[in-house]
Amino acid sequence: MGKFGMGQPIRRVEDERFLKGFGEYTDDIKLSDQTYLVVHRSPYAHAKIKSIDLSYAKETDGVLGVFVNKDLEEEGFLCIPHDVVPNGIDGNEVMVPKRPILAQDKVRYVGEPIAIIVAKTLNIARDASELIEVDFEELTPFPNMNTEISSNSEPIFKEIKNNELVHWSMGNKDETDKIFSKARKIISINLINNRIAPTALEPRAVISEYDDLNDSYTLRTGSQGSHKLREWITGKNGKKAADIKPDKLRVICPDVGGGFGMKNFLFNETLLTLFASKAIGKPVKWKADRTESFLNDTHGRDQINFAELALSEDGKFEALRVSSKGNVGAYVSQFGAMIPTMAGCGMLCGCYKIKSAYVDVKVIITNTTPLDAYRGAGRPESAYIIERLVDKAADELKIDRAEIRKLNFIEPEEFPFETALGMKYDSGEYKKILSLATKRANWNTFAERRVESEKRGMLRGIGMSYYIEACGGGPTEFKTIAIKIDGSVIISSGSQNNGQGHETAFAQIAADTLGIEMDKIEVIMGDTEKIEAGIGTGGSRALAAGGSATLSTCQKLINKGKSVAATLLQSSEDKIIFENGFYKIMDTGSTVSLLDVAKATYDKKTFSEDIEEGLETSSEQVMNAQTFPNGCHICEIEIDPETGVISFINYIIEDDIGRILNPLMLEGQILGGAGQGIGQALYEEAIYDNNGQLVNGSFMDYIMPRADNLPSFNFNYTEVSSPSNKLGVKGAGEAGTIGATPAVANAVINALNSINAKPIDMPMTPIKIWKSIKEARKS
Amino acid sequence: MLDDLKNIKNHRFNRRKFIKNVIASGAVISSGGYMLSGCSDNSAPISGSVERLIVLKVNGKDRPVDVMQNETLAMTLRYKLGLTGTKLACDRGECGACTVLLSGTPHNSCSTLTHSVRNRDITTIEGLEQEDGTLHPVQQAMIDELGPQCGFCTPGQIMSGVALLNKNPKPTREEARQALSGNLCRCGAYDHYLNSIMRASRIS
Repeated sequence: MGKFGMGQPIRRVEDERFLKGFGEYTDDIKLSDQTYLVVHRSPYAHAKIKSIDLSYAKETDGVLGVFVNKDLEEEGFLCIPHDVVPNGIDGNEVMVPKRPILAQDKVRYVGEPIAIIVAKTLNIARDASELIEVDFEELTPFPNMNTEISSNSEPIFKEIKNNELVHWSMGNKDETDKIFSKARKIISINLINNRIAPTALEPRAVISEYDDLNDSYTLRTGSQGSHKLREWITGKNGKKAADIKPDKLRVICPDVGGGFGMKNFLFNETLLTLFASKAIGKPVKWKADRTESFLNDTHGRDQINFAELALSEDGKFEALRVSSKGNVGAYVSQFGAMIPTMAGCGMLCGCYKIKSAYVDVKVIITNTTPLDAYRGAGRPESAYIIERLVDKAADELKIDRAEIRKLNFIEPEEFPFETALGMKYDSGEYKKILSLATKRANWNTFAERRVESEKRGMLRGIGMSYYIEACGGGPTEFKTIAIKIDGSVIISSGSQNNGQGHETAFAQIAADTLGIEMDKIEVIMGDTEKIEAGIGTGGSRALAAGGSATLSTCQKLINKGKSVAATLLQSSEDKIIFENGFYKIMDTGSTVSLLDVAKATYDKKTFSEDIEEGLETSSEQVMNAQTFPNGCHICEIEIDPETGVISFINYIIEDDIGRILNPLMLEGQILGGAGQGIGQALYEEAIYDNNGQLVNGSFMDYIMPRADNLPSFNFNYTEVSSPSNKLGVKGAGEAGTIGATPAVANAVINALNSINAKPIDMPMTPIKIWKSIKEARKS
Repeated sequence: MLDDLKNIKNHRFNRRKFIKNVIASGAVISSGGYMLSGCSDNSAPISGSVERLIVLKVNGKDRPVDVMQNETLAMTLRYKLGLTGTKLACDRGECGACTVLLSGTPHNSCSTLTHSVRNRDITTIEGLEQEDGTLHPVQQAMIDELGPQCGFCTPGQIMSGVALLNKNPKPTREEARQALSGNLCRCGAYDHYLNSIMRASRIS
């Protein structure tokens, strides 16, 4: 293994620029003659727009333009298209209502864009926005999924009955029902999966520029994939946002200050700046303020679940039945309808052998901000359901929670294993990893520690989750690698960094394979002009897909250089091998370096004119199968019953993330993910009141995990190579999030159980815990 | 009702005209502006846009800059002095991304008026590196411990860490945790940030 090989804790190449303050995020860019766009937004969750008066805003000095949806449509800016929407139970295609870029006749959530102002300065645009006069007629809002729709109130969309977008199902209903009808034991649970605001610390920002000579646009924005974004704008499967041809739109993605799923998507403001840059004839910048981020970034989660598990008397799982409602918000964002359905429900069986399963989901439209993928995107919801259910089953059957899991795990020799919901798991050693975790957490001696806490008047709880996640979704990833005359190596990557460390990871793989120093390698990302194609970063796929693509492109490049090397070494290709950066003749041992081979291609004396200058090749990694990272989180907490405040005693993570490229980067991903998972379990919830107002749209009100309310983690891993890709990696971006939420929730429930206090829903805040304890003590 | 509204709006414009007159009467207005640019060639400066030339002491250098009365230090640093390492993530003192040092102590520059810090030593993330390119121990530790992820909150975290070590060179991990608790990181890189601060305190 070389010094850049798999498993080496290489320091990140991007860090130096970040910690000197030289990272370049969208809002750090200033184009000459740049103008500023401000969005006038709806203060109502559900209302008819009777009239819009723009006259005062237009008259303001310094205002360059004020526009409404009609202006956009005339210029070919049509709508925000949805992407994947599953068919209903009846098999019919779903009628998805149009999402206008600016609200025209009706507003459907607080914060929905209605009009835009472009001005010479930001302050002028903000002032002018206040002068826009919209006459609304308020309608009854439906901010949550359980609101009854009376006959005299207007639905959110006339064409959608009961605000139900689609009723979807998966699995075998008849067989599942049959097992349940005969089951000796049925455990059921009602759960709420709280709504999360993604709150990437870098607010979304966009700068668009229009070139009238070529009738082309340049869009700069921090996104998770520039090609994907362009595709949504210019068209895919007949659905498009604007009449712009792909070759007339260049998308550039500078540094990205966190994505978490949300920055994948196409938002109103992206299209609005594009439109305005042409209408005004100058570059147009928009940057969200924090309230706008809370109001118009897609949110995540927000499900109501009822789940049942049929068991034999000795605790063997037999069948699983889940019925859910998933909130999609006021409009269907690109993957909005897919997240509560297809994206995660397949993972409901967890790591367990369950004979039959059935899940049905009603996707509900509400008067709230649209929802879409948030770190994990459907899989954390599934893990939360099954892991809470398994804990409850263990408690009711009086079986140890670790033992009931072991009893039902898929065994290593059973892989590849197809679950009752059709997922084909590739590998895993669940029992072994769970045992490692319980050992390190001193699981078996917990009772003693609880007695000790009780002596001090504290409640103590321990909880575990054994999560599994599916990643590497999406069909392909692209890489081009070129070696130039100066010996520099340029990797063009279709996947986009937003904090994971792509620049280091891809360079590390190339350095190891090509035998070249890392500082000679540059990774280029996020530019549709410089990079041929790409899918983007999401679903923990960058390393499995993009990393494997890097490896195969390197190997292709080495093969490509062989003929040149043969000429230089005056030998034949079949006698040459490649090792540690050198082509070598097996018999004589004479060598030439890969860099010299690349340089030689510029030498027209030795080589004919038709030989391509520089070594360059591209390849596409087709992903035939998903990978399935899995692992065990064990969380031990103490609760002060007087205040309901939780303190972390111990937090163990024992993971199987496949082969490890860079343990330090891996740890960052896992711990960060776990932080977000704990955030959902204990602190975070985007709350809408009955009028559809987001009541906690600021960092002061919305509790994000901080340095002082997260534990220090004890993180370990076992490498179980994935057979699904060349590197044997599995993916790490979302694993921590998926595992943490149920583990922490189970720990809190376990503590509450010790005094027979009622279980509570997430976020398990001190006030909820305190109330539950108080009630239990009363009775 | 609508007439009343119109009157209010006319009143607003009148207020602007008043400001224009102030400018005409000799108040300094110019702008090397960045985001706020356009004021210079703009016949209609908006409320609060009267700029005065002041000298700020930033990273040990005197920096003359035209500053509006209601302008925050974060705005001045980012959009007028081009020091974009100071980040804006909430613009109301809730997230710490804009943390700078004023005479050695950490402040949210988004909630500090530029005019109020004329006589203070302002240190931003760009001012930590020594002239010979040696990184500040906290910066170096951030590389060694793989502190940053997306990097957006990193400058603010580093400034808070530097401020802590200035005051308390050998903090406990718990003290470091408290010192960084005003700096939000959505990537959840806190453990690595804390490792970095602790390493820097051991080394320096």
